[in-house]
Amino acid sequence: MSIDSMFTHKMWDDDELSKMVDGGVPFPMLSDAGGKVGTVYGVYDEDNGVEARGRFIIDPDGIVQGYEVLTPPVGRNINETFRQLQAFQLVRETKGGEATPSGWRSGKATLKPGIDLVGKVWKEWKVEQAFD
Amino acid sequence: MPEETAVGCARPTGGPVGEESDNKSTDEKQTRKEVESMIKVGQKAPDFAAPGYQKGEFINIKLSNYLGKWVLLCFYPGDFTFV
Repeated sequence: MSIDSMFTHKMWDDDELSKMVDGGVPFPMLSDAGGKVGTVYGVYDEDNGVEARGRFIIDPDGIVQGYEVLTPPVGRNINETFRQLQAFQLVRETKGGEATPSGWRSGKATLKPGIDLVGKVWKEWKVEQAFD
Repeated sequence: MPEETAVGCARPTGGPVGEESDNKSTDEKQTRKEVESMIKVGQKAPDFAAPGYQKGEFINIKLSNYLGKWVLLCFYPGDFTFV
């Protein structure tokens, strides 16, 4: 979503993005002319009339699980977004029975929150795992 | 002489051409800023409807149409920009 019109989105997809992605962008490119949606999401820069690089993970109940907002010159890390999405999906599938510690990636060990884990995280998780 | 500035977007300077900007508009801006962001993790996302473009078609989308699915909502500064 950006402040550009849907016509500009079409031109950008036709003229440039379809040269990077076969068949063009598969997901909806939304228009927020005036920045009204961006304002409620806290990403609209009124002085410059543009939106910051905001990224929101919204779960199937419509709940915001996480977000990240960057100023325009720095791009995102898509792998980190997917990592977070997989972590939130795992927590949801296990109905909160499992949690993902720092450095978790898909396939790595999770923690099982509960009274047995209090004071024992040091046995289950090592600091190096945060940097894997 | 046009002033050289970094790449950016058109914006009003807060006053009529050739006149000093008046302070009223800054005041107005401050009041408008009070409409703060409603985002909190663990709480419902604000719903919205927006027009858009997808795969050769102009579309209209409501966030609430996506209940039951995971949504990644991304904002970015503008089409045809770098990064």
